[in-house]
Amino acid sequence: MEMFLDYLWVFLVGGFVCMIGELLIITTNITSARILVTFVLVGVFLEAVGLFDYISDFAGAGINVPIIGFGASLAKGAISAVKSQGLLGIFTGGLTATAGGIAAAIIFAFIFALIFHSHTKK
Amino acid sequence: MKYDTVKFKRQPKIIGAYSIVGPKEGEGNFKDYFDYIMKNDLFGEKTFEKAERKMIETAITGAIQKAKLKVSDINILVAGDLLNQIISSSYAARAFDFPYLGVYGACSTMAESIAVASTLVDGGYFENVVCCTASHFSTAERQYRFPLELGNQRPPASQWTVTGAGSCVLSQKGKGPRVTMATFGKVIDWGITDVNNMGAAMAPSAMETLLAHFENTKTTPDDYDLIATGDLGKLGSEILIDLMEDKGIKLGLNYSDCGQMYFRRDQKTLCGASGCGCAATVFNSYIMKKLQDGQYKRVLFMPTGALLSTTATQQGESVPGVCHAIVVESYED
Amino acid sequence: MDIKERNKAYNKYVSAKVPKTKPWPTLFNSFWVGGLICLIGQGINDLILFLAPNISEQSAWAYTLISLIFIASFLTGIGVYDKIGKFAGGGSIVPITGFSNSITSPSVEFKSEGIVYGICVKMFTIAGPVIVFGVISSAFVGLIYYIVYLFI
Repeated sequence: MEMFLDYLWVFLVGGFVCMIGELLIITTNITSARILVTFVLVGVFLEAVGLFDYISDFAGAGINVPIIGFGASLAKGAISAVKSQGLLGIFTGGLTATAGGIAAAIIFAFIFALIFHSHTKK
Repeated sequence: MKYDTVKFKRQPKIIGAYSIVGPKEGEGNFKDYFDYIMKNDLFGEKTFEKAERKMIETAITGAIQKAKLKVSDINILVAGDLLNQIISSSYAARAFDFPYLGVYGACSTMAESIAVASTLVDGGYFENVVCCTASHFSTAERQYRFPLELGNQRPPASQWTVTGAGSCVLSQKGKGPRVTMATFGKVIDWGITDVNNMGAAMAPSAMETLLAHFENTKTTPDDYDLIATGDLGKLGSEILIDLMEDKGIKLGLNYSDCGQMYFRRDQKTLCGASGCGCAATVFNSYIMKKLQDGQYKRVLFMPTGALLSTTATQQGESVPGVCHAIVVESYED
Repeated sequence: MDIKERNKAYNKYVSAKVPKTKPWPTLFNSFWVGGLICLIGQGINDLILFLAPNISEQSAWAYTLISLIFIASFLTGIGVYDKIGKFAGGGSIVPITGFSNSITSPSVEFKSEGIVYGICVKMFTIAGPVIVFGVISSAFVGLIYYIVYLFI
């Protein structure tokens, strides 16, 4: 039962975040690149003010899978690196924490670009 | 006179016309009129750009064949397309042993090339001139918008670029519908900045050309069996009707828009078709056949073009439009 | 009527005439598809923790995101992701899978211009701003925390 409730929260929060994104698209006609940038900045902000972990505790993937989670990792990395390394952490923290995701996106994009061709839309 | 409407004395004849389209277009409303429907968008080539070039070559060869001429009979080629530096036309022209004039009027290119070709023929300088225009959904999409695989939604006012090429042969001799008049259009910009709303950006230019044409030729909409704009789409053609009504001219049932009629409703193209190929393939298939049958006696063909580029748009420029009109009349026996 | 006024009036007339998307169906689709993608993420995360209980929570999340990026990249390559996107809109743009899609799609598209000038140069045409803004804003947050730590 508890597990079901956890998953329900994941679904509801994740769906809600995505729906906000769609609402932004249809009301302001902004492109997907701007949507992604906006949500990354939201994530950075939530982590900076310390709210992200509260949401993450009950929403899990619902807030970590949306690109907000990516923004939060960037900020989290920067904050903890500043704590451990001082000034250098400002520069190294963000990308260190998100290196896995960025590298994965680059590597898979490269491999699949070599394998597949673009498809015409129908 | 503000505009120059040219009345052709020798009235160049359109003695051959050919259209080639992609598979989606081949399922649309004009499917029975096209000469050739490709089985897939690549047309046996490696890239979409190469496919577009091959479509132009096929259309030109087809039009020459249908005119019952040989390639060596052709004096000059007037062609254009949507890609940067109109590469599709220029590269296709490599395959032919005659001179080439590249023209660019975005989606109005078909009328522009016929108007230019008609003056060349009418002046008596060239005997046989080929016109050709093409566009390709996949090449236009990545030049003007986003990669094909990007998972985004198309805004409700957007239109679908036609994959297709149309070509026709104009001649001093022979039999066929005659080009009798041409009205060249000014570039008109009423400050529309939404690049997804081409119809609204181009409608004012259609209005200006139409008004000038009626004034210069002393004709009214009732003098034509068909008044066809190119790719204003559903929204743009409604705007044009409104704009003309404001000026006291009512466009009736003889007005239609190639882009609006192009696809069936269930093909989900939102506001209809667009692109050079839209007006070109409809003109060189449906309209030409109706003129040859004598069902249409007099057609005013006036595709519009949006003269934008991504660079200009990103610098905050609005979208200028241009509209060229030609009058084609069926031949009298 | 001067040109500015005419353009303003015309723009007003046009925006009233533009067809509007019906908001509810697309909002609903984006909600359940987005929710579903997050559920899949949670499922992968729980599976990783079940299979490898010793792994830290942070590493588990990293593996989860990498798996999702892999799936989205693959679906982009075979030409399925854009169909999901057409249906779900924000539902498939906002999750990390949308980020992956925005990197893979130009790579596949511009392959025809070669590996260096096609795939590599065009890879970040859409996702570039995300990384730039992300890095700059996180550095800014780091700077603020650095200053705060100096005083406490």
